[in-house]
Amino acid sequence: MEIYYLWLRQIKRYSRSRSRIIGAVGQPLLFLLALGYGIGSLYKRAGGGNYIDFLVPGIIIQTVLFGAIFWGINVIWDKQFGFLKETLVAPVSRLRILTGSALGGTTTTVVQASLVFFLSFFLGFRPYEWALVPVALIVVVAFAFALTCFGAGLAAVVNDFQGFQAINQFIIFPLFFLSSALFPISNYPEALRIIASLNPVSYAVDAVRTLLTNQTYFGLAKDLTVVGVTAAVLLAFGVYAFNHIES
Amino acid sequence: MPKPIIEVKELTKQYGDFLAVDHVSFSLQAGEIFAFLGPNGAGKSTTIKMLTTLVTPTSGEIIIAGSNVITEQNSARSAFGIVFQDPSLDDELTAYENLELHAVLYHIDRSERTERIEALMKLVELWDRRDHLVKTFSGGMKRRLEIARGLLHHPKVLFLDEPTSGLDAQTRNLLWQYVQRLNEDENMTIFLTTHYIEEAELVADRIAIIDHGKIIATGTPADLIKQTKTEHLEAAYLSLTGKNLRDEDVSASEAQRMRGRSRRNR
Repeated sequence: MEIYYLWLRQIKRYSRSRSRIIGAVGQPLLFLLALGYGIGSLYKRAGGGNYIDFLVPGIIIQTVLFGAIFWGINVIWDKQFGFLKETLVAPVSRLRILTGSALGGTTTTVVQASLVFFLSFFLGFRPYEWALVPVALIVVVAFAFALTCFGAGLAAVVNDFQGFQAINQFIIFPLFFLSSALFPISNYPEALRIIASLNPVSYAVDAVRTLLTNQTYFGLAKDLTVVGVTAAVLLAFGVYAFNHIES
Repeated sequence: MPKPIIEVKELTKQYGDFLAVDHVSFSLQAGEIFAFLGPNGAGKSTTIKMLTTLVTPTSGEIIIAGSNVITEQNSARSAFGIVFQDPSLDDELTAYENLELHAVLYHIDRSERTERIEALMKLVELWDRRDHLVKTFSGGMKRRLEIARGLLHHPKVLFLDEPTSGLDAQTRNLLWQYVQRLNEDENMTIFLTTHYIEEAELVADRIAIIDHGKIIATGTPADLIKQTKTEHLEAAYLSLTGKNLRDEDVSASEAQRMRGRSRRNR
């Protein structure tokens, strides 16, 4: 019951702020258009095949990664503007508060990722096997939930918007760019290939890419294992940090 | 004497080497209006945060309505309502939605929920504005809504942390009227902090004067005047807390944060 209402609160806040929806989908679309058209023809000439097919799973994970972590700003917002205190003095466990709120963040993030998925159809993208789309969705939902919990935990530790931005700039952006999201790892120089192979974001991208386009680098089993372990670590951190918020 | 509704023993909060609250003990009987009066930075807010489970004490014991605040958080939380010093509403929700969420968080039955919300919103004269987003409300309206919210779950104790700061005279007057009515009609125990002497004198049955994290005097306003052999409460207060200006105008946790920062910068 509490979880449902905390979820509903996030959905209401989200649906009342149109600029957020446009902003959240706008950035990935820009990437999709600029890179898809800009690099697409080069990629084809170099013998890489259809770049849009390669790129869309990467952009879907981008939407999830940035959407979910960014959602953590809501928690800082709640902290700064006091609403967090209202939930923290309520006779409800912190775990439930986190679960309800993070489910809200997960929902909005997954909605954004789905929008990107469907909008990519205009660029000619099609999943190779529709039956695998729900499986990809499960991966995306799990990844998004772990990331939103992590984002909330991060917001619990970091006290201001600037600090949160810094983490975003120095951790999340590099994680995204140094992954397999935009370019095939196999063409990377050795050093970069090692970095990308140690980066969990690569495995999330690879999992979705395997499920949607049947192109794989690590293999689905390895992808899902790494994503699962990463999600568990992110969740554990999020729950721990959120449990230790003091206002 | 009956068992006190709030019992605090040797309550202490230490941030690093800074003692925000120093072995404070006091108790309240049910139906009492008790004011914590003290200069800025005296430890009022830290105390109220510990009483309301927001901050974990370094040591000491707090019992509210029979529940140990440290070990039985949830039953203690159900027993009190709080109006925070700073607004704590969700601006992006309507007034009604804010109260509804509160009712759910405090496990109020659906059948009772709508009735109770309506009654309280009428009490604070905001029923006509129930479907407006809170961000369109003035400071005074927000405070009234917070009071309605704090009362929604029939708390036995109501905490008011600097409830009148930033309000106009009309809202202040109305607020004290509500508080006194609740106290008389429902025998609700009220714990409030303030740095306005005249407000403490106006509403409180008993006052504790706190300074530098310690309670330095407790009693009815008349007691305090007698104790200090002064003419009125303000003189009593100044004779107890001294006339020096306080630079400690930041909250204890904020002070701690800043100390940490300056230490790092050194």
